[in-house]
Amino acid sequence: MTKSADVVVIGGGIVGCSTAYNLARLGAGKVILVERGYLASGSTGRCGAGMRMQWGTETNCLLSRESTRMLERLPELLDVDIDIELKQGGYLLLAYTDKMAAQFKKNLVLQKALDIPARWVTPAEAKEIVPHLNTDGLIGATFCSKDGHCNPFKTTAAYAKAARRLGVEIQTHTEVIGIDTDCCQIRTVKTTQGDIHTPQVVVAAGGYTKNIGRMVGTEIPIHPERHEILVTEPVEPMQESMVMSFHHNLYCQQSPHGSFIMGIGHPDLPESFDIRSSWQFLQEMATRLVEILPPLAGLNVVRQWAGLYDMSPDRQPILGQAGDVEGFHIAAGFSGHGFMIGPVTGQIVAEQLLGLPTALPVGMLDAGRFQRGDLFIEPSVV
Amino acid sequence: MSDDIIICRCEDIKLSEIRDCIEQGDRTTEEIKRNCRCGMGPCQGRTCMPLVAQELAKATGKTVGELELPTFRQPVAAIKMSALAGGGEDD
Repeated sequence: MTKSADVVVIGGGIVGCSTAYNLARLGAGKVILVERGYLASGSTGRCGAGMRMQWGTETNCLLSRESTRMLERLPELLDVDIDIELKQGGYLLLAYTDKMAAQFKKNLVLQKALDIPARWVTPAEAKEIVPHLNTDGLIGATFCSKDGHCNPFKTTAAYAKAARRLGVEIQTHTEVIGIDTDCCQIRTVKTTQGDIHTPQVVVAAGGYTKNIGRMVGTEIPIHPERHEILVTEPVEPMQESMVMSFHHNLYCQQSPHGSFIMGIGHPDLPESFDIRSSWQFLQEMATRLVEILPPLAGLNVVRQWAGLYDMSPDRQPILGQAGDVEGFHIAAGFSGHGFMIGPVTGQIVAEQLLGLPTALPVGMLDAGRFQRGDLFIEPSVV
Repeated sequence: MSDDIIICRCEDIKLSEIRDCIEQGDRTTEEIKRNCRCGMGPCQGRTCMPLVAQELAKATGKTVGELELPTFRQPVAAIKMSALAGGGEDD
């Protein structure tokens, strides 16, 4: 069956759904969103469900601050009756070296200037926030009480519901298999469920974005990288705040449901679409975790899973028109922090596509920055 | 069968919640699992997933055999963090 649309959004995660909703809201006309699996079946639904405003660059601070403000009242903002399980228990970022402490203090100056309520805490104060924290070797930490948790499935569902109400057509279980162009202009998106004629495409396909780029002869420098997570049985609330350590390369939070969700980062992961779980992860994760949060040793692990980070060369998203084909827009490369900045990013991507002024300046995140050598370096990533 | 009957004993998910998911458009056991937590508890869906599949089969006109079950994930049985952190060196 052949359809027509003014814009086709590829990808039904938080970024795709937020973009589609905002396109419809801002008058883009007929918007069709296509998703290969079901909504949030890719990176969004596999993420650690955290959101933080403690970043080291103005752009990331602003993107996350605005998104947090939106998430704080999302059901009202979107006029939907979906509980996104928002919990603002704070993020505690641990500093173990002088260099890290210096960087964190520099970040705090920036965050303060941008009205982000983060502060420096001593090891003793950190222990008040997370009583079971092992503070051996800890120099200090930063804490922002407004950081926290949202349910990625519910948040995506909220955007999808609001988008549908505005007339967006969401086609799940629909895979893009090709894109026809004509004189450097997008013409047709070919899917497993038929063709869609359209002059504009937004690719929010996470780790699969490069494959979509190749359909129009554009090489997008985003590669998929497997990251693993485990979850424990639910227990009574005992850890209000997310604990994150760049030194141990791990994060661990207790969800509102009571289960602990945790993951670690690896420095040299190969490019791969592999999302199978590994037993090595369980052992490494547990070993590193019980060192800094000892009482969690008593918890039962019930499940592990993996998902893809969509890594760009500077670990920051690519937003906007890419390559020589007119109407080919990218919103991907979030490199592990797409969920938490998805709400405002979708709005900005829609504004960019429609030629409207953007809510925040994101010109430095354009696709051309790698060729120019203007990498955007964020010091605070796991 | 009463709508109040518990389908997932680990997460306390009632039949009515499964039916709500199906009514809202879920067409796979995996979507239902992710949208209402059914099967995410300590038993990892051993009890509830066949029941969820039956409900889904009724709603979609498919047979249970035609429906895919969610991915079976490690660990096979719940295991303490302390056991994992102990490593494999002394085994």
